[in-house]
Amino acid sequence: MGKTIAEKMLSDKSGRDVEAGEIVEARVDYVMVNDVTGPAAFDEFESLRVPLLRDKVILIPDHYVPNKDIASARQAKKMRDFALRHDVDNYFEVGSGGVCHQLMIEEGFAAPGRLIVGADSHTCSYGALGAFSTGIGSTEAATVFARGVLWFKVPESMRFTVDGGLGKHVMGKDIILTMIGDIGVEGALYRSMEVDGDTISSLSLSDRITIANMGIEAGAKTCIIPPDRKVDDYLAGRVRGEYAPVFADADADYMDSRQYDAAEIVPVVAKPHLPDNVAPASEVGVTIDQAYLGSCTNGRIEDFRAAAAIMKGRKVRRGVRMIVVPATKRVMEQAIEEGLVKIFMDAGAFVSGPTCGACLGGYMGILAPGEKCISSTNRNFVGRMGDKGSEVYLANPAVVAASAVAGRIVDPSEVTG
Amino acid sequence: MKDKLSGRIWRFGDNVDTDQIIPAEYLVTMDSAELAKHVFAKARPGMSGKVSRGDIIVAGRNFGCGSSREHAPRALLGAGVSCVVAESFARIFFRNAINIGLPVIQASVDAAEGDTVSVDLKAGKIIVEQSGEEYGFQSYPPFVMMLVEKGGLMPYTKEMLQCRRSQ
Ligand code: SF4
Repeated sequence: MGKTIAEKMLSDKSGRDVEAGEIVEARVDYVMVNDVTGPAAFDEFESLRVPLLRDKVILIPDHYVPNKDIASARQAKKMRDFALRHDVDNYFEVGSGGVCHQLMIEEGFAAPGRLIVGADSHTCSYGALGAFSTGIGSTEAATVFARGVLWFKVPESMRFTVDGGLGKHVMGKDIILTMIGDIGVEGALYRSMEVDGDTISSLSLSDRITIANMGIEAGAKTCIIPPDRKVDDYLAGRVRGEYAPVFADADADYMDSRQYDAAEIVPVVAKPHLPDNVAPASEVGVTIDQAYLGSCTNGRIEDFRAAAAIMKGRKVRRGVRMIVVPATKRVMEQAIEEGLVKIFMDAGAFVSGPTCGACLGGYMGILAPGEKCISSTNRNFVGRMGDKGSEVYLANPAVVAASAVAGRIVDPSEVTG
Repeated sequence: MKDKLSGRIWRFGDNVDTDQIIPAEYLVTMDSAELAKHVFAKARPGMSGKVSRGDIIVAGRNFGCGSSREHAPRALLGAGVSCVVAESFARIFFRNAINIGLPVIQASVDAAEGDTVSVDLKAGKIIVEQSGEEYGFQSYPPFVMMLVEKGGLMPYTKEMLQCRRSQ
């Protein structure tokens, strides 16, 4: 029997031939922590009294920076002090970085065949480039700082194949939300998702990142897309070190295989309060108070282009505020260069510098009781973006932009005609 | 870490998320004893004062879903909870629990709050005292059992680093 990508990668990184269900200690290529999960890892690491494997370690303040209050300032300072004390090159200060997952990709840490862990649940994003990446806890991160290895259970894999052409205004977000709607928030628990098909090959890397990013919302350990030329082109001149792509065998053993016809996928919305509560955007119609465009899920230049195409020459509806947060400094620079920031600002949107912001209810767009927000982020749990009585609706950037213009949740074609 | 545990049951349902276990406003410390004061502060007010050392949580599906916060299993451990038995666990919570030395067991157990249950980790057996019902579960793979016995990932890592030094 052949092997899945997950089985091959963990065999490769553990130095023995393993299959789903086995437990291995595997060699980790990179470990990332952020300003929320880092401080606990630093304390644990210091107690081990060994040198830091500094080339493997990446420190990214993004959740509560620029410091939103005194407690967050303390955490950010702890990270900065740790970076200086251990001379960590890969520390990205406010003004040079942005949201951790997009930065890990832009900076060339994520690449095919790599095993990457991060103390943040959306670390699974790098599967879009053919990496095996997964979220871990702070203690685990501390031990990787010291030993460079971590234990993994080799996951079973589920295969999702999407073929055919996508309709207008349909994006990666709609593909993954449709899948989560089908299998539910526990549908891929403990498992690896492998997503392929000619639709996926034709997608931009940005749309693929959205898909891998939300694998965790179905409970998945990792969500991997077979790497191709597009990934190589993106990494040229950007990637750090060498990389070797890994592919599944033709006769690999999947515990479940699903087929999708791209033509049947429409712009959708995940309604409160779980990402699997999916409905076509055209049927939602809810009046909104806020529209949020940003995050590691949909805060890239491609997302901004899709939103700007709809907002150009139009205005954010009276009574609605729109908040636009680029995922990283680079995204912001390019958005300025392409005139997208001007389009958003002319439409009446507020544009900030890169941060996680309101995605996790940190700051920069917190909702009052009863308020509703259409958002390009990845979680719509109770109180995720503010008060317990507020509501978050998840959608692609085109739906977010069109809804901001309409003042209620709509399919983009209702605005563009 | 003991192989045989016995304790009074606290019963929970499905999808107990990490925000319920330890609300976000108490994440300012990693100290288990401090976190324990606020365990289930909103979902089960007053629980923290009533948990006795050795008590066991029995829950439904997807226990520990949500964020990767390690504060959740630490708060349970600090409160004296000796073990969590649930029909299924969210992946990161499961790992975090094992890594900090809190046994977590996947099994579907029919028991009420306040019942007493005994757990044999090595034999993979759970017995509810009141009903006499016995439930089997798959015992941990050897590597995970070893981690649990050593008290978690930190003691194990210290040992591994020690070996490296003495080589
Ligand atoms: S943007 Fe949102 S989902 Fe992404 S890392 Fe930040 S808080 Fe998490």
